[in-house]
Amino acid sequence: MRRRSALGALLRRPAGAAAAGWLALLLVGALVSRVWTPLDPFTTDPYSAWLPPSAAHLFGTDGVGRDIASYVLAATGTTVVVAVSAGVVAVLVGLALAALGSLTARPVREATAVLIDVLVAFPTILVAMALAAAFGGSLAVVVVATGVGYGVTIARVSRAEIRRVVREDYVTAARASGAGTAAVLRRHVLPNIAPVFVVQLSLAMATSVLAEAGLSFLGYGASAETASWGRLLADLQKFLGVHPWTVVWPGLAITLTVLALNLLGDAVRDAADPRLRDRPAGTGRAGGRRPAGPADPARSPAPEVTS
Amino acid sequence: MTLEIDHLTVTIGDRAVVDDLSLRLDDGARLGLIGESGSGKSLTTLAVLGLLPRTARVGGSVRLDGRELLGLPERELARVRGAVVGTVFQDPRTALDPVMTVGRQIAEPLRLHGTVTRREARRRAVEAAAEVGLPEPDRIVDRYPHQLSGGQRQRVVIATALITRPAVLLADEPTTALDVTTQAEVLRLFRRLVDDRGASLLFVTHDLAVLAQVAEEAVVLSRGRAVESGPVTRLLHAPEHPVTRGLVAATRATTWRAS
Repeated sequence: MRRRSALGALLRRPAGAAAAGWLALLLVGALVSRVWTPLDPFTTDPYSAWLPPSAAHLFGTDGVGRDIASYVLAATGTTVVVAVSAGVVAVLVGLALAALGSLTARPVREATAVLIDVLVAFPTILVAMALAAAFGGSLAVVVVATGVGYGVTIARVSRAEIRRVVREDYVTAARASGAGTAAVLRRHVLPNIAPVFVVQLSLAMATSVLAEAGLSFLGYGASAETASWGRLLADLQKFLGVHPWTVVWPGLAITLTVLALNLLGDAVRDAADPRLRDRPAGTGRAGGRRPAGPADPARSPAPEVTS
Repeated sequence: MTLEIDHLTVTIGDRAVVDDLSLRLDDGARLGLIGESGSGKSLTTLAVLGLLPRTARVGGSVRLDGRELLGLPERELARVRGAVVGTVFQDPRTALDPVMTVGRQIAEPLRLHGTVTRREARRRAVEAAAEVGLPEPDRIVDRYPHQLSGGQRQRVVIATALITRPAVLLADEPTTALDVTTQAEVLRLFRRLVDDRGASLLFVTHDLAVLAQVAEEAVVLSRGRAVESGPVTRLLHAPEHPVTRGLVAATRATTWRAS
């Protein structure tokens, strides 16, 4: 019941629908490119180098005669795999650290908070490059680096959210109704931190797409046998002055994907929160911050529920 | 069921917020616990169910039909909470989970304690919603708290506390957050439901006029200590302790201003 209306609310929002549409297209592209691309994306042909867009080569060809459209399509698979695995890693790392930093005994949770703050200070891309230098560049390095890197950010935000929710009156009320720690977490804490969590997750996935492109561009990411938008950009940018339109295709793919992920995160957040869902579709994000709860921080005593 | 509180002491930091409080709630009785804000009355209700913050130290004894509740493991306490002892919280704006439908909240104690199916839980929630006088009960259970008025939300809180038919009900200022008209309605409803079920009631409030409508006996708390106790009518008409006199004067002042 609730799920259906949340999905409906998501698709009623223009930004949400557009973002979901683009990402669905990506998924389909990723699957289709496993079995079919218009031309082989890796076949080079010196006689058809730098061809302009045409019916045979939708996006034209690059300096070694590869079909850019086929290559861009083949690279969607890489992007999807990286974004999804980095997202999974980020969620696992984020939730584990957040739980450790909010639900445990005071010394443990304070130590975790410091650890999180220290880890947040490391620039993700730099860590990825260091890892790549040590273990050789690969997509796994990109996934681990951005997954852990963004997992830490998720942990920081979620930790604060969990600590806020756990002090709410409705958690005390749920405990007074007989809910144990597990039931409180599952029934009240998770649903209440979900909106913030989803936004962070979408940012993590967007960052991982950018990081994969960036690292592959620098030669630390995808290997030569793996199609990647960043790699294509790296190949094409050397001839930017001569054939500027060629870089538009991978650039556009990266931009749209990152934008879609960011928009989808916001839209899912709004759709998942019943207080925001009620606003008529089309009002978009006008004043679209979470409504400040009626909770008054000065209210006391705030029972702390962590046992 | 009989609830006995013996020499209850709650210390937070080095301050005793409840100090050597003893009271006895007999089976089917209604007892008021009255005092100004900060007198420790809400903490007393939390202490009964072991819901105090971990920084609080609790001493004394809380017995339910002779069974000691203090120091009981969480697992055992969870079986008592919401099933044997129901709690009505003060502020309906914060006591309801904003992202859970009204129906699921009303049925939550059932889901937590029983083996009711989702469908059965919903049916019981609709019944309970009707019983507390919520409009269109079969539709309101699918709404979210922010779509309800303050009075409606407090009815939801009451329905939640009563759905398992607990033998003991702790009510922590259940009408304080409501406006005067709604307060009277909710209080009437509350009294009727408690009567129907024959539950023992511990009613916490700072308002003697409200208390006079639900309880016969009351204990007056001040700074965590019981300073006076007796029949509510006697407290109203012949208060002995200065704190009780202050509460009576405050009640008169608000009643006078309201009329």
